[in-house]
Amino acid sequence: MGLIQFTDKGLFCTKGGFYIDPWRPVDHAIITHGHSDHAKGGSKNYLCHTYSKPILQHRLGEANYQTVVWDQKLTINGVTVSLHPAGHVIGSSQVRVEYKGEVYVFSGDYKTEDDGISGAFAPVRCHTFITESTFGLPIYKWKPQQHIYNDMQQWILQNKQEGKASVLLAYSLGKAQRILGAISQVTDEIYVHGAIYNMQEVLLAHQLHHVKVIRISNELPKEKYRNAVIVAPPGADGTSWMKKFTPYRTAICSGWMQVRGNQRRRNADKGFVLSDHCDFEGLLSSIKATGCEKAFVTHGFQSVFTKYLNEIGIDASEVKTAYGNEAEEETEKEADQLNHPSS
Amino acid sequence: MKFFASLVDRLMATTKTNEKIGALEEYFHNASDRDKVWVIALFTGRRPKRTISSTLLRVWCAEYCQLPLWLVEECYHTVGDLSETIALLIDAYYTPDTHPADHSLTHYIEAFHQVEKATEAERKQVMLQGWKELQTVTERFIFNKLLSGSFRIGVSQQLMVKALAKVTQLEPAVIAHRISGKWDPGKITFDELLNDAGSLADDSRPYPFYLAYPLEAEPESLGSIEDWQAEWKWDGIRGQLIKRNNEFFVWSRGEELMTDKFPEYDPICKLLPDGTVLDGEIIVANGNEPLPFSLMQKRIGRKNLSNKIMQEAPVSFFAYDLLELNFEDYRSRPLAERRLALEQVVKLVNHEKLQLSSVVTCATWQELRELREESRQHYAEGFMLKRKDSVYQTGRKRGDWWKWKLDPMTIDCVMIYAQKGSGRRSNLYTDYTFAVRDGDSLVPFAKAYSGLTDKEFAQVDAFVKRNAIEKFGPVRTVKPDLVFELAFEGIAESNRHKSGVAVRFPRIKRWRHDKKPDEINTLDDLRQLLELYGTN
Ligand SMILES: [Zn+2]
Ligand SMILES: [Zn+2]
Repeated sequence: MGLIQFTDKGLFCTKGGFYIDPWRPVDHAIITHGHSDHAKGGSKNYLCHTYSKPILQHRLGEANYQTVVWDQKLTINGVTVSLHPAGHVIGSSQVRVEYKGEVYVFSGDYKTEDDGISGAFAPVRCHTFITESTFGLPIYKWKPQQHIYNDMQQWILQNKQEGKASVLLAYSLGKAQRILGAISQVTDEIYVHGAIYNMQEVLLAHQLHHVKVIRISNELPKEKYRNAVIVAPPGADGTSWMKKFTPYRTAICSGWMQVRGNQRRRNADKGFVLSDHCDFEGLLSSIKATGCEKAFVTHGFQSVFTKYLNEIGIDASEVKTAYGNEAEEETEKEADQLNHPSS
Repeated sequence: MKFFASLVDRLMATTKTNEKIGALEEYFHNASDRDKVWVIALFTGRRPKRTISSTLLRVWCAEYCQLPLWLVEECYHTVGDLSETIALLIDAYYTPDTHPADHSLTHYIEAFHQVEKATEAERKQVMLQGWKELQTVTERFIFNKLLSGSFRIGVSQQLMVKALAKVTQLEPAVIAHRISGKWDPGKITFDELLNDAGSLADDSRPYPFYLAYPLEAEPESLGSIEDWQAEWKWDGIRGQLIKRNNEFFVWSRGEELMTDKFPEYDPICKLLPDGTVLDGEIIVANGNEPLPFSLMQKRIGRKNLSNKIMQEAPVSFFAYDLLELNFEDYRSRPLAERRLALEQVVKLVNHEKLQLSSVVTCATWQELRELREESRQHYAEGFMLKRKDSVYQTGRKRGDWWKWKLDPMTIDCVMIYAQKGSGRRSNLYTDYTFAVRDGDSLVPFAKAYSGLTDKEFAQVDAFVKRNAIEKFGPVRTVKPDLVFELAFEGIAESNRHKSGVAVRFPRIKRWRHDKKPDEINTLDDLRQLLELYGTN
């Protein structure tokens, strides 16, 4: 029996008696990062990275949170546990679990390119590596982020020139912070939706991010939005909330924008291929760098990616989890906040 | 290629019509003559002859990227477009070893043309050369697309016409006319295509069809019935009969030349006055009596027209309108005047294969409404309502012509299979198969992929992803849980379907959140519809 079991509540460490990113309430939960498909409320005790705590408090409310920093070793029932940077969003961590010399690592969500905010991903040597596969197809190959930021800045300037506001659609945790950094180079005033404003307040209060933003509200005169730069969660797209920005152009910032069809389906004027996950090559190189003997593949293109790993000589199996509805769950959450803009 | 690629990028970067027209206009002002002609051709569904098969493309792409072929196929399933899949893969695995080049669009079209009879190795050479010397995903996408199919990037014929009208200062109707019909983009110049001389040279050229929107309000909102002409809305293939300089052409609405498919019309040609164009419906019928449309499908599917099939599925032409008489364009005359002239032409021809689509006269809208209920018995789908003083317009327009169709038949059913859509829905499960209940079992009877909002599609997609039971290639068997109301226009017996019936134009009318799977309709209900309205 393996050190980590895949149960109907989540990843379970048998010897240590704790879960990692459980999707049901449990006694002891280690949380990789604050996205809602990985961090669920209702558990009695949480262990997470110091940077994740304010995010979890904001999203899940008060609970018993214990925090550690990267590379700090804890012993839980004889099992050595440590967190390591995953590079996905602020505080996101891989979880390393060791018992009697056997090492398991769960990647959580991760990306190999250092975004300067989330900590640089570092592969961790292990026997068994449990990896995500969100973009586990070779069509997903990311351009360097600076390239995309340049495009984004150009787009905003062009919109300004044509008398239009720029509305960038991005998740409030992760993508929003990266974008805010990039666009603060071309504008001093960034207007944001309440969901993003609230998240940004939390991060600013804990010195986890530095870009100041202005909350969009009905009190602000409409003229403020002329030629303005606005960041909103994807759930806001197509709602009447957007009317006040007219005339405007919209852009979606997501790895899914790699495929034109998705861009068109979402009816956005522009798609920026910017992701907080690895591309195909990133996944492969990371898995190889762990030196693992066995890989378990979770959420994403797991069956295709597993098959390919086996073909190139990496022993891999597919695992079903409840993760990977990040997009849907985040959108729902943000849509909720749309309905209660005062919250 | 860069210049054309930037046009494609601009067209895709906006959803607004005016911006698209602006981008096209700018392109037509600045591009080379030969490229312009090709762009008109590509955007109106004409493409160069296919000289390299899609199978070879996949194999060469897999080889270039050093990926297994099955993985390329998986990518294709996700992207939904082979040209784009390959462009993305080449871009991901590209290592520069060739000088970037910026040849014209025409250059690449000619390169493909030249390898028509070349060896496989030579054809591969052309492909690899293009992949390597072109530099962006868009450029490679276009390059691949030149082989594999039409450009669906949100440029309708109408949009193209508007842009060309601005560039050439000609009337949109004139442009629409000139770019329709048969012309060879490899041989014609931009001026020949758009100026007068060129259009006169081509006798085959049809007029753009005037199409109607469905009437959503009650007909009373149209004013007095006296001002309107009502005709049955026939269920066939909309077409034009053209006789010019003693040559005869039959066009379908899809701008397909179908003269050879309907030899029965040849006698009409002999009798028609020269310089005549008729708009009407190609209908399976005995003289003036329509037969079920399913016979037409049987006939259209055949490669060779046997005498037997021509006897089983004879066709008539039901004339709606007169567009040209004595070589004179009649489209700007009022319908009432065109109709009188049409009646005379049909009378003059006096052949059973040419019928006048009869006008239905009622004193009140209510009377017409009652008559509409009998549509299916006449093999009609309802009425066409045309304002008597309307001119013959171009394309789909509101106001003067409406189709007032019979309400569709509906059935409540449950979704049992799902498949990813294509194009813009390539990442979502949007193509569904539906079943009705037969005792304890579920019998599939129809497929549909339209009728839900994007939000609903996303919800169903999430359901499919969580509730897939089995996998057959791209198809997922889904827990039979979601109930939908399906609407369709016709129903016929079919031994190719497990259910024994085939429905026409099925689409999702609404998602029945209020119904459980055990409350759906049964196979018996379907059979009853078949008995009532079936068109065998
Ligand atoms: Zn995440
Ligand atoms: Zn995840």
